[in-house]
Amino acid sequence: MKARVHVTLKNGVLDPQGKAVHHALQGLGFDGVNDVRQGKFIELEIDGTDEAKAKAEVTEMCEKLLANTVIEDYTIELA
Amino acid sequence: MKSAVILFPGINRENDAIAALEQATGTKPTLVWHGETELPNVDIIMVPGGFSYGDYLRCGAMAAKSPIMRAVADRAGQGVTILGVCNGFQILTEAGLLPGALMRNASLKFICKNTHLKIENTSSRFTNQYGMGDVVDYPVAHHDGNYFADEDTLNRLEGEGRVVLRYCDANGTVDPATNLNGSQRNIAGIINEAGNVLGMMPHPENAIDPLHGGIDGRGLFKSMVEAVS
Repeated sequence: MKARVHVTLKNGVLDPQGKAVHHALQGLGFDGVNDVRQGKFIELEIDGTDEAKAKAEVTEMCEKLLANTVIEDYTIELA
Repeated sequence: MKSAVILFPGINRENDAIAALEQATGTKPTLVWHGETELPNVDIIMVPGGFSYGDYLRCGAMAAKSPIMRAVADRAGQGVTILGVCNGFQILTEAGLLPGALMRNASLKFICKNTHLKIENTSSRFTNQYGMGDVVDYPVAHHDGNYFADEDTLNRLEGEGRVVLRYCDANGTVDPATNLNGSQRNIAGIINEAGNVLGMMPHPENAIDPLHGGIDGRGLFKSMVEAVS
């Protein structure tokens, strides 16, 4: 089973990298972009077929290591 | 007086930490590898700067989960004096020993220069050799020193006198113009609730010899020695 984890900065946490990317996009003429937030995408290959169990385990991984919940939110997709 | 310096793969400031601790305590610190599970009996533990694990995932995230950090957390709970500098500060926040997080500098630039810092607490075991409002000069060398914590945490830190150092100018002015890296409220260093753990981005260990261009950092190490003796 694959687990796909998106880690993004929480609302209200400034994202200077996203801002720089936004600025660069504007420089390239992409005027329709209102905001850019940069995050991380982590793909995990995990044992088992029990989705509930996998979800619980990946949640624990996010809480303990993959995300820093002081500044980041995460979402988990299983496939 | 005994001290220890924790070594992680990718750390590069351990020799500066060793020199500063040896100068202040008169004894060479013990080096402890990150894979160890036990610490020697020491009065001071220093988590030095560098790029542990190449800053993978987040600065300090991997080091914070290494076996030795469980022992460091136990000692923190027992009240042992623990100093984390630069990557060491990032590691201590990632390990949950200090609140908040260190984010990418607001300028997105790696900042390597000397900076002024205002001493905001003179009763801590790290700053008892300084006067209130003293301005000291330490180098900084980091890409991710932008301190973040939520408003409640910041208010609590301030209310409890746990903001020990702030970025300022030579006159001690603390304002957005003197904020080196975008840190909330110009915060450069904080202590934990019990007051025995300090995390800071600037490098006092690189301001201990006239050849460094200044010796303002000696006071911080002397403070720890005084507090422990």
